Amino acid sequence: MIFKTISKKDFNKFLEILIENNNFFAPQKIAKDKNKKPIYDLREIKNIGDIDFNYDIIKYPPRRFFLPYREVISSFKIENNTWEQNIGYETKVPRVLLGLHPCDINSLNKLDKVLLLGDYPSPYYAIRRKNTFIIGMDCEPKPFCFCRSVGTHTVQHGCDLFLIEIGDSYFMEIFSNIAFDFLKKVKTKDTTKADDDEYKRIRKLKTEKFSAKVDVTDLTKILDMEFQSDVWKEWGDRCLGCGSCARVCPTCYCYGIEEKIDLKFQNAGKLKILHACTLVDFAEVAGGFNFRPEKHIRLKYRYYHKHRGFVEAYEESLCVGCGRCGQACLAGITVPEVISSIRE
Amino acid sequence: MEYSLKYQDVLSESKKIKPGGRLNRKTDLGNFEKTFKSEITGVIELTPLEKLFQVQIINHDERERFSFKPGQFLMLEVPGFGEIPISISSSPSRRGVVELCIRKSGRVTNFLHKMQRGSHVGIKGPFGTCFPMEKFVNENVLLIAGGLGLAPLRSAIYYVEENRNMFKDISIMYGTNVPGQMLFTYQYETWKKIDGIKLFTIVQNPDKKWEGKVGLITDLFEEITIDASNTHAIVCGPPVMFKFVCNKLNDIGIPMEKMFVSLERRMHCGMGKCCRCNVGSTYTCLSGPVFDYWTVMNLKEAI
Repeated sequence: MIFKTISKKDFNKFLEILIENNNFFAPQKIAKDKNKKPIYDLREIKNIGDIDFNYDIIKYPPRRFFLPYREVISSFKIENNTWEQNIGYETKVPRVLLGLHPCDINSLNKLDKVLLLGDYPSPYYAIRRKNTFIIGMDCEPKPFCFCRSVGTHTVQHGCDLFLIEIGDSYFMEIFSNIAFDFLKKVKTKDTTKADDDEYKRIRKLKTEKFSAKVDVTDLTKILDMEFQSDVWKEWGDRCLGCGSCARVCPTCYCYGIEEKIDLKFQNAGKLKILHACTLVDFAEVAGGFNFRPEKHIRLKYRYYHKHRGFVEAYEESLCVGCGRCGQACLAGITVPEVISSIRE
Repeated sequence: MEYSLKYQDVLSESKKIKPGGRLNRKTDLGNFEKTFKSEITGVIELTPLEKLFQVQIINHDERERFSFKPGQFLMLEVPGFGEIPISISSSPSRRGVVELCIRKSGRVTNFLHKMQRGSHVGIKGPFGTCFPMEKFVNENVLLIAGGLGLAPLRSAIYYVEENRNMFKDISIMYGTNVPGQMLFTYQYETWKKIDGIKLFTIVQNPDKKWEGKVGLITDLFEEITIDASNTHAIVCGPPVMFKFVCNKLNDIGIPMEKMFVSLERRMHCGMGKCCRCNVGSTYTCLSGPVFDYWTVMNLKEAI
């Protein structure tokens, strides 16, 4: 790991060079929520003044840059009882994402395990992931964040550059060769003892600030023991089965395939549309049999997949503790509450 | 400072396919979505609801590369209508030709039933695990099917038929709701003629013509004697059947690791990406559809 510091002025110069040559996405105020608090999201930036550096969290997960809600994965031209397939893995435009928090960067690492490093790597995901330059930024824990509990509050890999604000400069962790080469264009300094101490102090302060906690010790076993528990029924009665949690989750990757055909029966397209495991038709098979017909069974499955199934397969939880699902849930169901009720 | 990586660079990181070698979706990114154009060369009506489609890959090179093992499934695509997972019910020794037993139950299958010989569909695959036939060598094999569950088992029956000397006694047990739902009735005589194969059938609700046994599939166990020490079983049928049949087999003394079940889920990709067939920590399309019963016992919600 290479550490360097850069003054904010030089960093802005660095961003200007990146904006000039790439599609550049950075946090920007987009609206106000019902409590009159600003909502920030990643938006395409054309000049550096539009970036809101004092953003708190990115409301919508960066997953959409890699797994769009809807995409055509292959198309067909149909004529005279036969057809030709056309697969477009076209090069996606190179992009820069600025301001991803550790939970979001770790969510991409978890998606990598399934979509890039597993069997059958997905070319659609690979091309987007490899064509994205990611600059991460450290954050202040919000009351609903519990990333420390699931071990995603630090970044080990998965981005190109990670910044921590110290005074009027940034402490940089350089993760990739490409970022190292880019930084040669601007002035950077090697870190000093004082910088290191400041870094340690800030990190220590951050870990003490978490208020939401989830106890994940032996969670896989406890979930198995409580599989038939009535607690699930109670949560299931509250759940609306709307799928909001999956829409805002940075690690949900389930999808469904839909085929569309035009009225002349000449052009058909195969669409990949993201799905959610809390929606009613998630586990339905042809003929109408549903493996998970009831809301509480689907909600239970969601927790089982995130906190048990994935743990068994990859030795880590699929949840990154960003707390977005609890914020988006119309019934106010949050992960820390559900898990503590299961443990009791 | 343009940050860019061309798609070709990403592709070159995966191994390029060798001409004539088996198509490998695992290492060749470019073949992730590729579907083989195939022609329906024959349609046989088995029952009012089920038809047997014979599908042949058109391109000679692709046909040579396509091979499968009993128990695997493929994704059958009707462009513009949808893609469905279908288990293969033909003999694994036939190259590039597959027979698919399809029940009319959903949007795509209803459309398929209207399709004629000569129409073109797409097939992708094969996917999933197979019945581990090499483990059954010099053992008795018990094949238990319920209803449409005979479709994937037919592939295994062909296999034991072609390699008859590898196995000891073979018993096929088949149960349906009514006699009219029996599949592949025209082949029963052929199967019975094969040395050492016994076929037992049973129905739940008989009609006037039915002269065979009446009851549930588990009632057949009273008819036959099973040597539990060296028997492997394959079970396939509706979800409700597994528990009863496998527990019965376990009571007889067959260890759970020697029973293999084939599970049904609605896969949308077949490659462990869509999560629709996820059960516990596994995907039915990657670790299944054939599981040994011990694994299934340890997976919540599997049956």
